Amino acid sequence: MTDARLAIATPIVGATGREVAPAGATKMAARNLNFFYNGFHALKDVNFNIAEKRVTALIGPSGCGKSTLLRIFNRIYSIYPKLEAKGEVLLDGENILDPKYPLNRLRSKVGMVFQKPVPFPMSIYDNIAYAIRHYEKLSRAEMDARVELALTQGALWGEVKDKLKQSALGLSGGQQQRLCIARAIALRPEVILLDEPTSALDPIATGKIEQLISELKDHYTIAIVTHNMQQAARCSDFTAFMYLGELVEFGATETLFTKPTKKQTEDYITGRFG
Amino acid sequence: MNSAVIPAPDAGKAAVERRLYFRRTVVNRLALVLGCAAALFGLVFLFWILWTTLSYGLKGVNLDLFTKMTPAPMSAGGLLNAFFGSAVICLIAIVIGSLLGVAAGTWLAEYAGNKRIGTVTRFINDILISAPSIVIGLFVAIVIVMQFKQYSALAGAIALALLVIPVVVRTTDEMLRLVPGQMREAALSLGVPQWKVTMQVLYRAALPGIVTGILLALARITGETAPLLFTAFGNQYWSTDLLKPMASVPVVMYQFVGSPYESWQTLAWAGALVLTVFVLLLSLLARAILLRNKTSHD
Repeated sequence: MTDARLAIATPIVGATGREVAPAGATKMAARNLNFFYNGFHALKDVNFNIAEKRVTALIGPSGCGKSTLLRIFNRIYSIYPKLEAKGEVLLDGENILDPKYPLNRLRSKVGMVFQKPVPFPMSIYDNIAYAIRHYEKLSRAEMDARVELALTQGALWGEVKDKLKQSALGLSGGQQQRLCIARAIALRPEVILLDEPTSALDPIATGKIEQLISELKDHYTIAIVTHNMQQAARCSDFTAFMYLGELVEFGATETLFTKPTKKQTEDYITGRFG
Repeated sequence: MNSAVIPAPDAGKAAVERRLYFRRTVVNRLALVLGCAAALFGLVFLFWILWTTLSYGLKGVNLDLFTKMTPAPMSAGGLLNAFFGSAVICLIAIVIGSLLGVAAGTWLAEYAGNKRIGTVTRFINDILISAPSIVIGLFVAIVIVMQFKQYSALAGAIALALLVIPVVVRTTDEMLRLVPGQMREAALSLGVPQWKVTMQVLYRAALPGIVTGILLALARITGETAPLLFTAFGNQYWSTDLLKPMASVPVVMYQFVGSPYESWQTLAWAGALVLTVFVLLLSLLARAILLRNKTSHD
């Protein structure tokens, strides 16, 4: 853990020469977003912003559309037939739903981590290096450094540095999930989408991931879907509450959890349904 | 006070429970005995077959078997040309069959999915799996052998490849579909294109299963006689020409075992033994690959 904090103290995003927008500015935004599953209207006129270098949480009961919404942000939904998104999703002002927006660029900018940890059936090292090789031609030493940096940022380096050549399938569930986060970070994305990243993990592993999230937000814009309201309250700056495909309420996490303006939000966060 | 009232129904309930338990015990034992008997029945024949092959075959196993050609009646010889022919024909068949089979299986699992064309292809493939091998042999005889008016090793290999393809298509399809969808999503979400994800991530995850399928297909075709009868035909002499008839172990066995000559019969049994051992080793290898993979995944 201490390794991780040291590495994170050096600004990585700035070092790549990318223009760094002020924290809190709008990084991604959904505008009149509608989504259809085989004709079923799953998202209805959703409008909301994801702030730069902040953690935005999406909460709501099962089936409310929060994962659906997240999966639009890097167009991963498009690998399945009969799914359709209408409206706009802006990334730095550009509409990523425009078919002309290159998928390659979108996915290198917007990384994703899923509910179930899915390490690739290869070594720990190759899990990280795999996607980097697709985008960049690096020397052996440069690649070693990139892998170490990603694993350090993923708060996993200390645990795996002596077994980088071993299969990633031998790691514990919590370690596998941190590997998946490191794998997403390795591409130096600008946005990281987390789809219920801790729902398959025990409380200790969950704690580590949450701590990692709070460290990562200094450099990355993060959107997290969670079933766990305490988790949203603990690690997010903004929270969106969704219900039946609609965005009911969106605001600063503290305000939403202490002074919700809508009755449905209050009922949900006080545990009256969901 | 309660204790005075309850004993009567309790005693009755206990008696019912005892009877039920007794009945279950009897049924359980009966099922166990029947199951063991059935397993034993199957095993007896397996070992009987192995024993027969071994006791008849061992007589013919010597250096000559692997160094001499198939002999004329009443004289000594070996099966070298048949072993070589079988190896060549099966190798070509497994290479053609695996390449086409893996490609088609990948298309089914990754691209056709649950579309109508995928479902229809799967159905037709399942029919092909159970197609009688002699029909495949006749088909190749008409389409290739009759066209070129020439029996050939290549025609035999193509006939065997047609047997390999549906088996490999099915295992590839099934093994790829066992790979969790989240692994595809995770790889695609890194921006890696689908063909690369399939080649570099999904094949890796499904590889042990696919290799096992190929090995089992190889085990199946090594013993096939019917598809070779009208295609590779047979050859009493050493031949390496793929466009000429070529000997193979099953066809030689078929000719020799029914002959009245003792030396031929002995050679046929020796060939049977070598085939059996080869198939046994292949099955063990396939099992080992699957097992090793299972332990490393857990």
